[in-house]
Amino acid sequence: MKILVAVKRVIDYNVQVRVKEDGTGVVTDNVKMSTNPPDDNAIEEAVKIKESGKAKEIVAITIGEEKAQETVRKALAVGADRGIHVKVDGIIEPLAVSKILQKIVEKENPDLVFMGKQAIDDDCNQTGQMLAALLNWPQATFASKIEVKDKSLEVTREVDEGLETIEINIPSVVTCDLRLNEPRYASLPNIMKAKKKPLEQLNATDLGIDTKPRIEQIKVEEPPKRKAGIKVSSVAELVQKLKNEAKVI
Amino acid sequence: MSALLIAEHNNKEIRPFTLNAITAASQIDQDLHVLVIGKGIDAVCKSVSEIPNVKKVIQIDNDIYENYLAENFTPVIVKQAENYSHIISSANTFGKNLMPRVAALLDTSQISDIIKVISSDTYLRPIYAGNAFATVKSNDNKKCITIRPTSFDPAPTSGGSAEIVKADSSEASTLIKFVKREEVKSDRPELGTARIVISGGRGMASGDNFKLITAIADKLNAAIGASRAAVDAGYITNDHQVGQTGKVVVPDLYIAVGISGAIQHLAGMKESKVIVAINKDGEAPIFSVADYGLEADLFEALPQFLEELNKLNTIQK
Ligand SMILES: Cc1cc2nc3c(=O)[nH]c(=O)nc-3n(C[C@H](O)[C@H](O)[C@H](O)COP(=O)(O)OP(=O)(O)OC[C@H]3O[C@@H](n4cnc5c(N)ncnc54)[C@H](O)[C@@H]3O)c2cc1C
Ligand SMILES: Nc1ncnc2c1ncn2[C@@H]1O[C@H](COP(=O)(O)O)[C@@H](O)[C@H]1O
Repeated sequence: MKILVAVKRVIDYNVQVRVKEDGTGVVTDNVKMSTNPPDDNAIEEAVKIKESGKAKEIVAITIGEEKAQETVRKALAVGADRGIHVKVDGIIEPLAVSKILQKIVEKENPDLVFMGKQAIDDDCNQTGQMLAALLNWPQATFASKIEVKDKSLEVTREVDEGLETIEINIPSVVTCDLRLNEPRYASLPNIMKAKKKPLEQLNATDLGIDTKPRIEQIKVEEPPKRKAGIKVSSVAELVQKLKNEAKVI
Repeated sequence: MSALLIAEHNNKEIRPFTLNAITAASQIDQDLHVLVIGKGIDAVCKSVSEIPNVKKVIQIDNDIYENYLAENFTPVIVKQAENYSHIISSANTFGKNLMPRVAALLDTSQISDIIKVISSDTYLRPIYAGNAFATVKSNDNKKCITIRPTSFDPAPTSGGSAEIVKADSSEASTLIKFVKREEVKSDRPELGTARIVISGGRGMASGDNFKLITAIADKLNAAIGASRAAVDAGYITNDHQVGQTGKVVVPDLYIAVGISGAIQHLAGMKESKVIVAINKDGEAPIFSVADYGLEADLFEALPQFLEELNKLNTIQK
C-alpha cells in the first residue's frame, strides 16, 4: 500500500499572530513557521501503518512557496520515503490545492491520502473533502482512530454529537484530528538522513492548474478588543457581581 | 436566483443551529429555500415549512440518507444547485464534512465559517483562530458558504407556511458504510446554544473532579465545556471541547475553571458576553479576556461557589 500525505507550512501555533497595519494580511516576516499541527498527526499515522507492515511507501507533498520544502523535509525526517514540492507563490485556496493533489494522485496512484482536518492559518477545513469529491473517493473527516482492514478502513470520527464510526473502501481520503496519535520527534540522525531522501519539485503550471484565487481578500483587520475586566477578591464578591452587576445569574 | 440552505436534523427534528443558519441565509437572499435530505422526514419538513423566512421546502426522503453520509448527500445537492446562486449550511461538523464536497463538484471556492453578511457576495470571517477578521468577496458564479451559527440569532419557528415539494433521490454510494454513532445523551442544555457554560481544563486534574463543575452546572442550568487538554487527558468526552478545533460558544456567561487561556481555546469562547476565570496563576492569559477574574485554587473556590449560589433566593434559568 502507498500513502500520500499532504503537509502545509503555516505560522507556528504558538506565535501571537499580528495583523498588518495596511490591512493586507498578517505579519509573516521573521515569524516562526511550522508544519500545520494535524498534518503531523497525518504523517505519524502513515508511519505507524508502514511500521505495522501494512504500507510500503509514504510520499509527503506540500504546495507553496520555496520554503514550504522545510515541511516536506520534516516529514521525511520522521519516516516519509519521498517528497514532492509543488511551487506556488502567494495565497492558494483549498480548491486549487485539491486540484493539484488530484493530479498528483493520478500520477502516483496512492491507496490512501492522509491530511490534516484544518489548516490553522485559513481555518478553512475544506481541502480533504474537496479532493475526495474530485476523485470520487469516500472520505473520513476528523479521524481520531483508524483501523486498516483488507480493502477498507474503519475510522472513528469526532463529530458534534460525540463519536461516529464509518467503514470506507480503499482508495480513500482521511483528514486527521489532533487526537489521532502522538506525533514523534525527528532524531538528529534521521534529520541528516532526510536530507538525502528524494524531493521532486514541480510547478503548478506544469500540472496545468490555474491557482489564481477566486476569493478576493478585501481587508484583514484586528478583531474588536474586549474591555478590560477586574479581579475579584473572593467567591462571595464574584457571585454578588454576577447577580447584581452583570445580571447573568 | 435564490439561495438553498441544507438543513441539519436527526430525521425527527431540525437541529437548533439550522435556525441560526437560516437567519444568515435569508440575509444573503430573501428567497430562501431549504433542502431537507433524510429518512422519514415528513415532520422535519413540516416544521421547516413553518419558519417564516423559508419560502419553499424541498424534501428528499430515502432510507439511504439516514446517516447523513456526504457521499450520498452530495449528488442530490449538486443537482438541486442548478437553480440556485448560493448553497449554504452551518459550519459545524455536519456542514464542514459536507459542503466542500459539494463546492468542489460545482468548481466553487467555498467560504467557510462566516460571522457576518456584508452583501450577497461579501462576508466577514475569522482567520488564524480568530486573531484576525478577513473581509472576503466571492467571484464565483455559484457560492458555497458555511455559517458560524453562534454569530447569528435563531430564526423564529412559527408563522410561516412554505410549500413542501418532493424531489428524487440518487443511488447510494457503495464506497462507504455507516457503522455506529456514540452519542452522548444528556439532559443539560446543548453546549452550542446554552445561556451559561462552565468549562474545566487541565487544572481539574481528573475526570472525577469534574463533579465539582457538574454540581454548579446543575444549579445554573448550564452546559459543560472543556479545554482540549482536559479532553486529551480523558477527563471528559470530545463533544465538550471548546476552541479552534472544537466548538464555538457565545453564552451570556462563560466560566473557565483551571484553563490557562491558550489562543486556540479563546477562539471558541472569547465572544461570550460575560467571562469569568478561576485560576490559581494570576498571570494566566485567560485573565486578559475575563470580565471577572478570581485568582484562587479551584478546589476551594468551586465548593464555595456552590455554597454562595445556594444562598441566593432566585437564580435566572
Ligand atoms: C492546532 C491546535 C488546535 C487546538 N485546539 C484547541 C481547542 O479547540 N480547544 C482548546 O481548549 N485547546 C486547543 N488546543 C490546545 C491549546 O493550545 C492548549 O494546549 C490547551 O487549551 C490548554 O488547556 P488547559 O488550559 O486546560 O491546560 P493548561 O494550559 O495546562 O492550563 C491549566 C491551567 O490550570 C491552572 N490550574 C492548575 N491547577 C489549578 C488549581 N488547583 N486551581 C486553579 N487553577 C489551576 C493552571 O494555572 C493553568 O493556567 C489546540 C492546540 C493546537 C496546536
Ligand atoms: N498548500 C498546501 N499544501 C499541502 N497540503 C495542504 C495545503 N493546503 C491544505 N493542505 C492540506 O489540507 C488540510 C486542510 O486544509 P484547509 O482545507 O486549508 O483547512 C491541511 O491540514 C493539509 O493537510
